[in-house]
Amino acid sequence: MSNFNDNIKKRYTVSNLWNIIFTFATIVAVFMLFLLLMNIINGAFGYVAIQNTIEPTEIISSGNLDELDESQLIEILESNLSKGLIRRYNFENPLIDRSKTEIMSLVFERIIEPRVVKSWNLKESILGRNAIIEYTGREYPNAHLQFRSWLNPQFLIGSQASVPELAGIRTAILGSMMIILLTIAFAFPIGVGAAIYLKEYATDNKFTRFIQVNIYNLSGVPSIIYGLLGLAVFVRGMEPFTSGAMFGYGDPSTANGRTILAAGMTLALLILPIIIINAQEALRAVPQTMRHAGYGIGATKWQTIWSHVLPHSMDRIMTGTILAVSRAIGETAPIVVIGASTFISVDPSNIFSKFTTLPIQIYQWTSRPQPEFRNVAAAAILVLLVMLLTMNGFAIFTRNKISKNRRSN
Amino acid sequence: MSSLMEKKMHKEENNIVNDKKEMVVSLKDLNVYYGDFHAVDNVNLNLEKNKVTALIGPSGCGKSTVLRSINRMNELLPETRVTGEIVFDGVNINNPKIDAVSVRRRIGMVFQKPNPFPKSIYENISWGAKINGYNGDMDELVENSLRKAALWEEVKDKLKQSAMRLSGGQQQRLCIARTIAVEPEVILMDEPASALDPIATGRIEELIFELKKNYTIAIVTHNMHQAGRISDYTSFFLVNEDRKGHMVEYGVTDDLFLNPKDIRTEEYISGKFG
Repeated sequence: MSNFNDNIKKRYTVSNLWNIIFTFATIVAVFMLFLLLMNIINGAFGYVAIQNTIEPTEIISSGNLDELDESQLIEILESNLSKGLIRRYNFENPLIDRSKTEIMSLVFERIIEPRVVKSWNLKESILGRNAIIEYTGREYPNAHLQFRSWLNPQFLIGSQASVPELAGIRTAILGSMMIILLTIAFAFPIGVGAAIYLKEYATDNKFTRFIQVNIYNLSGVPSIIYGLLGLAVFVRGMEPFTSGAMFGYGDPSTANGRTILAAGMTLALLILPIIIINAQEALRAVPQTMRHAGYGIGATKWQTIWSHVLPHSMDRIMTGTILAVSRAIGETAPIVVIGASTFISVDPSNIFSKFTTLPIQIYQWTSRPQPEFRNVAAAAILVLLVMLLTMNGFAIFTRNKISKNRRSN
Repeated sequence: MSSLMEKKMHKEENNIVNDKKEMVVSLKDLNVYYGDFHAVDNVNLNLEKNKVTALIGPSGCGKSTVLRSINRMNELLPETRVTGEIVFDGVNINNPKIDAVSVRRRIGMVFQKPNPFPKSIYENISWGAKINGYNGDMDELVENSLRKAALWEEVKDKLKQSAMRLSGGQQQRLCIARTIAVEPEVILMDEPASALDPIATGRIEELIFELKKNYTIAIVTHNMHQAGRISDYTSFFLVNEDRKGHMVEYGVTDDLFLNPKDIRTEEYISGKFG
């Protein structure tokens, strides 16, 4: 009778099936992210067994160091530490002149030297608490158990150390921050400028299309290639510039171009194609009628771009830049290639300093033999994630403000 | 019958004063090419001072293209070529040596879809004046422009408000105000009412009638009744077999509508196609 066979039921079944598949995909993605986060948190907290290298009872029978006076403490220092170290302390500030609490902390750090002898992760600490207590009592009778957050204020403000519980990431945070600021300073203006040229000024011909295709290709080039390029061009080729020798900065021993400036320029190169592509997309999203409105009342190209096209696309341009910069923060390979220092305890003082970054520190710590460095690395990953989140949050906040102004003023 | 006679008489009068007519814009042998595609074929058209000239015809007949050629907006499209003469104020402006930006200030344009800038009502008017080097009293200019566009009474209390919050008809009148703020001599309108409801359309038409006292207007429209109501002259465009747009007929509006010389014009006007 009718040529229509409205198999409604079958169509709904297919529709529901796809709905289930998409929901499942989302659940899988969220679960994976959850696993990742759990894995990191698992490493960053947990019980540690702390044992003193020399028990206070070996120094004084009662074990209470407070009973000793200052001269006795200095004597203990002098008899237990090497002559060279004592000389260094005296050179910094004569021991006699130091307060008792200072001397006491030296004795504590240098002689009693409490060290983590064994660490457990969060899961073990929660589920196997009794086993841990029993194990510690058996294997380390002198040690005491303590729940430790590897992510602590000391960790944030401390510098790199060879002992896991003293290691900190201040140097790495400073390095990462300075590099990222430089990266933005180089990549944002150049990237947006190139996008404006390609989208607004350049005519559409074979040559610009060739450039366009190459930009797309460059955004997919492995980051280590950029590292090699940075090494050849910025570290080696432009050494007088990147080492700061040209401006009279940097001490000769480190003036080899492996500086924050070289790293910032390399990362800027890495994210430049991404910024150009995103900015072009943002400009493309500006309706053509807006440009015509400008031209129609006798505006030049630049007046139209500056007053209407750019304000209208700035939120999208910023989104693209945020994504690109987030990628740059996490980059490790190119930084390794251009020669980041893996063990550095001196803060970078200017853009011509040696440096390390958070990903480098994490990479270096995970490759250490002591298992405690895995905990340190986990804590550093948390810091990196928080840093990324803060930066993105700030940028998204700014972006929303811009687009809100645009819509409501 | 007698009224028709009167009209004919009137037309004859018009023809007599023809010699005194002052043409602000004259298109001579205008051809437009998009790449290899010949879009507009040999158009000759005059815009008389303080008159409204309507360009009518079916979609794709090249009437908007002709309009955009007059203030050189076509060259913003890639691979577009305009040949022939566009004489404005005694000068052929279809010449790379003539600066398109200065032409566009003197020949303003209102577009099909209202396109105010996403800024305040005040800034919409003041921006064009500012970039064109206006150094008079800005508040006065904004008020005058809005008054001329019959929008002042509606917006005088909310000049700082975003133009995007206005209704479609108000936005279009704002666009007209923005155009007249830079004191053009000619205003080109590309289907200015096609995106508006009948009431807003009516207001725009009234406005056009007012504006022609001070400006020369060319308007592209799909709506023949609109052309009949507001224009003094009408030119009818059509595409031929190889998709070239060309002008079929040009004349005084009443004449063209009541007494078309070409059979195609008659068919289009009577609604047989289009």
